[in-house]
Amino acid sequence: MARRLFSSPLTLIGLFIVLMIIVLTIFAPWISPKDPLEVNLGQKLLPPSSEHWFGTDEVGRDIFSRIIYGTRISLKIGLLVVVIAFPVGTVLGAIAGFVGGVVDQIIMRITDIFLSFPGIILAMSIAAALGPSIENVLLALAITWWPWYTRIVRSSVLSIKNAEFVESARVIGANPIRVLFKEIIPNSIAPASIQASLDLGFVILAAAGLSFIGLGAQPPSPEWGAMLSSSREILRDAWWAATFPGLAILVTVLGFNLLGDGLRDLLDPKNR
Amino acid sequence: MTLLEVKDLKQHFTIKKGFLGEKKIVKAVDGVSLHIEHGETLGIVGESGCGKSSLGRTILQLLKPTSGEIIFNGKNITHLPRREMKTVRKDMQLVFQDPYASLNPRSKIRSILETPLIVHGMNNKAERMKIIESLIDKIGIRKEQLDRYPHEFSGGQRQRIGIARSLTLNPKLIIADEPVSALDVSVQSQVLNLMVDLQKEFNLSYMFISHDLSVVQHISDRVAVMYLGKIVEIANVEDLYKNPLHPYTKALLTAVPQPDPTKKRERIILQGDLPSPVNPPSGCPFHTRCPVATAECKTEVPELREKEMGHWAACIHVQPAQLEKPRLIIS
Repeated sequence: MARRLFSSPLTLIGLFIVLMIIVLTIFAPWISPKDPLEVNLGQKLLPPSSEHWFGTDEVGRDIFSRIIYGTRISLKIGLLVVVIAFPVGTVLGAIAGFVGGVVDQIIMRITDIFLSFPGIILAMSIAAALGPSIENVLLALAITWWPWYTRIVRSSVLSIKNAEFVESARVIGANPIRVLFKEIIPNSIAPASIQASLDLGFVILAAAGLSFIGLGAQPPSPEWGAMLSSSREILRDAWWAATFPGLAILVTVLGFNLLGDGLRDLLDPKNR
Repeated sequence: MTLLEVKDLKQHFTIKKGFLGEKKIVKAVDGVSLHIEHGETLGIVGESGCGKSSLGRTILQLLKPTSGEIIFNGKNITHLPRREMKTVRKDMQLVFQDPYASLNPRSKIRSILETPLIVHGMNNKAERMKIIESLIDKIGIRKEQLDRYPHEFSGGQRQRIGIARSLTLNPKLIIADEPVSALDVSVQSQVLNLMVDLQKEFNLSYMFISHDLSVVQHISDRVAVMYLGKIVEIANVEDLYKNPLHPYTKALLTAVPQPDPTKKRERIILQGDLPSPVNPPSGCPFHTRCPVATAECKTEVPELREKEMGHWAACIHVQPAQLEKPRLIIS
């Protein structure tokens, strides 16, 4: 598996970016040169220099330090949303596909309701209803995200539930719960788990979007979307205030995407 | 002693085309009666789509029978609840056709072989390993290969693993659904010989489903020929192959390839295709393709009758030989 990983440069780049983000998250206090919240009006809107690598913002905070602390917020949202949405979606999808009939109809019509709105608009209305905060964004995104896993898992369950190895478990007298969790879910989870690794990036993007329009992280929190939002008014004078948070989002989403694509190949046992 | 007795078993599937389409009934198994003795191999042959796989799965209660009775080991198991059926399952197992689809690709061989034992409550790991190790020894898989995944084995090895899995619970009856048709010819004989050896060792009964007449001849004690969900002929293997009575069996047997090219054979080529089981022909289901069909065949449904000693056929044109007392029910 390791050899296959190293034979794919794009996966390696993705892995490198993701590892870098994890390291930044853990060691943010030691890596960042300044306090991300420290206001210094005397040093406001300084261009990138050796002292302030990414420059300073409109109240003189060090953008480089803020971006490093921002990885904490973004990664937390990405991980928590996927960790909540993935098991919920997977189990519901597996039950829908495996049991079929009325149960399938009920579960899938509910997911249809969620999927019939554009995700970001649904998340916006939930976040707006609950009040702007990072926790509510997390909840809103988790609520909008699970139906995708339900759909993916259901379709892969349908494609394997009549496979001979599933039938063989029934022939030996295994109960349906065992068949579902030991035979069906392990063999239908791969596409959804690849989707989950891709989604880490998309969730971060969506959370940044919600913060950008003011529904998520509130100032002075060093959230990338919120930073982008507050840099709008100074865009003419300070290109760095918008560019670096934007780049941070881009690189993070790209990293998770590359890694997710690589995992797709790696997780297929036939390639092992 | 009779191990399995099937009485007038029917398996009808309802299919509905489209949202408001009319319901149609596929008579996959339509009134099959048969029996299997202890230690005996009953071969089931027929074209694809004749219902031979459905028959096997219905006997195993993977499909609920529409009507009829299945008596296994003296017990009527036709409508047993799942819990009670579980204990019966120990005694009747299935070997699958496709060795590439019948093993969970994410389970190691060890766990595939262990699962039946765990499901049936054998909690002692050492005991389970003892059973598994003695089994894999018989099928020619080494102990250190237990921690490999199915895709690391060849088709023949996989099929032997599938057979080993069916034997872990020490069953009495194995229903083998085309167990060698997905394998190379050279591997086929290997697996068949293994099945014969295991049969002797464990006193197994086989229901051997296949479309390959030569394979069935090799392994079976008795053979049943199926056509459109019905048994049209059933007899001892020698009687059936030397003296086929039903015109369908005759046609099938002339289609078996002969190893000797100088031998002249007269093939009976059947006209037309297998009729749809959704809309089977009236009367004798075979009359649309039968070379000796008469007007009567279109209306009269032929019953499976004993035409010669132990040799049953469902054709009104086969005259029964002088039997002391022709029997109507298979005993």
